[in-house]
Amino acid sequence: MLSRTADHLFWMARYTERAENTARMLDVRVQNALLPQSTLAAEQGWRALLGISELEPAFAVKYPALTQPNVIDFMARNPDNPSSIANCLTAARENARAVRGTLTTEVWETENATWIELQQHLRGSLLEQNPGKFFEWVKYRSHLSRGVTLGTMLQDKAFDFIRLGTFLERADNTARILDVKFLAAQDGESVEPGGQPEFYYWAALLRSVSAFEIYRKVYRDVITPMRVAELLMLHPKMPRSLMACMDGIVDILKEVHNEGSRDTERFAGKLHAELKFSRIEEILEEGLHSYLTRFLECINELGERISSDFLVPMKDAQEQSQAQTPVSSQT
Amino acid sequence: MSTFYNEMYSDATTVRPHYRKFDDWLSRQPPHAVEQKRAEAELIFRRVGITFAVYGDNAGKERLIPFDIIPRVIAADEWARLQAGLVQRVSALNLFLHDVYHEQRILKEGLIPAEQILKNAQYRPAMQGVNVASNIYAHIAGVDIVRAGEGEFYVLEDNLRVPSGVSYMLENRKMMMRLFPDLFECNRIAPVEHYPDLLLDNLRSVAPQGVNDPTVVVMTPGMYNSAYFEHAFLAQQMGVALVQGEDMFVADNQVFMRTTNGPERVDVIYRRIDDDYLDPLAFRADSTLGVPGLLSVYRAGRVSLANAIGTGVADDKSIYPFVPEMIRFYLAEEPILNNVPTYQCRKKEDLAYTLANLPRLVVKEVHGAGGYGMLVGPASTKAEIEAFRERILAHPDGYIAQPTLALSTCPTFVSSGIAPRHLDLRPFVLSGKTVTMVPGGLTRVALQEGSLVVNSSQGGGTKDTWILEK
Repeated sequence: MLSRTADHLFWMARYTERAENTARMLDVRVQNALLPQSTLAAEQGWRALLGISELEPAFAVKYPALTQPNVIDFMARNPDNPSSIANCLTAARENARAVRGTLTTEVWETENATWIELQQHLRGSLLEQNPGKFFEWVKYRSHLSRGVTLGTMLQDKAFDFIRLGTFLERADNTARILDVKFLAAQDGESVEPGGQPEFYYWAALLRSVSAFEIYRKVYRDVITPMRVAELLMLHPKMPRSLMACMDGIVDILKEVHNEGSRDTERFAGKLHAELKFSRIEEILEEGLHSYLTRFLECINELGERISSDFLVPMKDAQEQSQAQTPVSSQT
Repeated sequence: MSTFYNEMYSDATTVRPHYRKFDDWLSRQPPHAVEQKRAEAELIFRRVGITFAVYGDNAGKERLIPFDIIPRVIAADEWARLQAGLVQRVSALNLFLHDVYHEQRILKEGLIPAEQILKNAQYRPAMQGVNVASNIYAHIAGVDIVRAGEGEFYVLEDNLRVPSGVSYMLENRKMMMRLFPDLFECNRIAPVEHYPDLLLDNLRSVAPQGVNDPTVVVMTPGMYNSAYFEHAFLAQQMGVALVQGEDMFVADNQVFMRTTNGPERVDVIYRRIDDDYLDPLAFRADSTLGVPGLLSVYRAGRVSLANAIGTGVADDKSIYPFVPEMIRFYLAEEPILNNVPTYQCRKKEDLAYTLANLPRLVVKEVHGAGGYGMLVGPASTKAEIEAFRERILAHPDGYIAQPTLALSTCPTFVSSGIAPRHLDLRPFVLSGKTVTMVPGGLTRVALQEGSLVVNSSQGGGTKDTWILEK
């Protein structure tokens, strides 16, 4: 398949997944804010959320105060925030539009309808009146997009690159959420004196990745941070865990394999093996933050390798001196 | 209503025979049902993303082309004559192009002034002596036809470069079948849905010699082009890759595209991009849409382009007046379809006539397209006419004038109800080993009262076109 086409499909999936994860984080944070807590704790919660996407400085330039309406405005609708839900869904649709002929009619119409409905939501006041409902909508559209892809697309390379984008973005997002939550817990946010019990903190984290019921099913026991980390990192059957994402990535790389991609397969394989043969106790001993930081770096490098192997392959040596293909899809 | 031929009514109360079943059906519809269906159609078009981009104001915005649910119906026997006329005309045009780029017999015989061809901006010296597959240049032609009276059809333009609109023809049919399936049960309407199949077959048939299983691609300038929807649509319907210039490169005198598996050879390019932008090494050096070196591979016969480079010399408005002569010269037949009498402002006497009769004429730029830069005399104000007069005087070679035709009308839904509006017809003629087309074409309708400009860029709409068998 055409490299540029694969590139658009890959980014269509990544942006959809990113929008979903942002909605998940915001949703849980909004629900958490309903529990009794001090102003300081609330502010810390919103700051941590911005920290997940490394967006605190960009936020501070635009908004005077760290309040719920401001953060929601910034993360959901702000046109200058490249990671805002509005921008992600628009970018997903633009990427889909660029390759609409490769998608089934159903997939394209889903992406396009999401974008049309988004315009209506942005014009209306749903986001201000009932942010939870808006986040529900974003999640629902993402489920729909995934479902219609699974249910209607031929399982060829186009399908592979869509799935690859989804897994890579999800691995990145899950790792970021975990990292920020554990860092904040170290700073004592989870056990604020006189505040809510620690249970709510970890339950919120689980809910943000649809893992609350799964946790109960898997452990049949009280919620502990260690098990939360284990579930979200190492459990192969938990669909949003790092392990499950890496399983998917390694399988797809085998499938789309080309002459130049052996090193990338090896790189992904190593990352996969490391997760597979790790025990959570060891990881915590090493330090979760340093482990996740390293993992995020690897995911980032993996993304770059996939790009150069498949999506914007190098031109002939003589051509390389000429202008390279711009990858407009990434901005 | 009395002065123009109405497609549906032969006089104020009499419905033409081929419209009778439709008229019956329409009169049986509850008043709000049709309005509801129209709203439904718009919603579907938007969701499906059947849009086009308008240049100028609001650049980059996507707009819907208004779709009218009253079909344009043509009786099968009338269509048979049109079809014969189209086959004849497009065959002659292809013979003309081959002649121009080889022996130039028609110039030597003095039937067309040589300088009018050789100094034409659309003439491509690079194509001189180049052999193209099956000697076909215009593989896809979108011939604009209007009706002025009973059995009286005129060709307005031949459109041999990158004519668009066929996707709307197909989508309009799909929409009508979705909204009004009962209409298709009670009428025998010739199907058009096999167009992408015909097109693919046609493109495969003009592959370079020795290529048995050619790789066909559709080449688009990109998603911000006004016809991008159509490019993507045709690629999808044919099951071929939709490529941009940057996706292809030339090596070893062949064209390749970059795929996730490495380079893959390309044999036939259905290009939806103008000559000027195809190859920065040969034409416009600043073009980032093309493929450097494409022309040399093409000249060597190692890749086929549809349409060929240099077809503009045959559909140029200054060449248009000679088409009937071409038909007589190459086919030794009398033209079946009429040409509109054309005054070439490059000629002194024609210029004088044009300037003296501006309020009654339609004046067009020789190289214009899309309804931009034209004057419709009867619909213009004095000031507009005077302004246009200055433009013609400054550059007479750039204009032609034609009498304002009494374009036929068809009942159309407008804000005040159903009213007659002017329309044209663009059948899509495919040339390869044979000349074929699907019955009908795209009907475009001018939605403004009295307007004769049907282009979508100028606020025109479209209708489903039925060729009705008895």
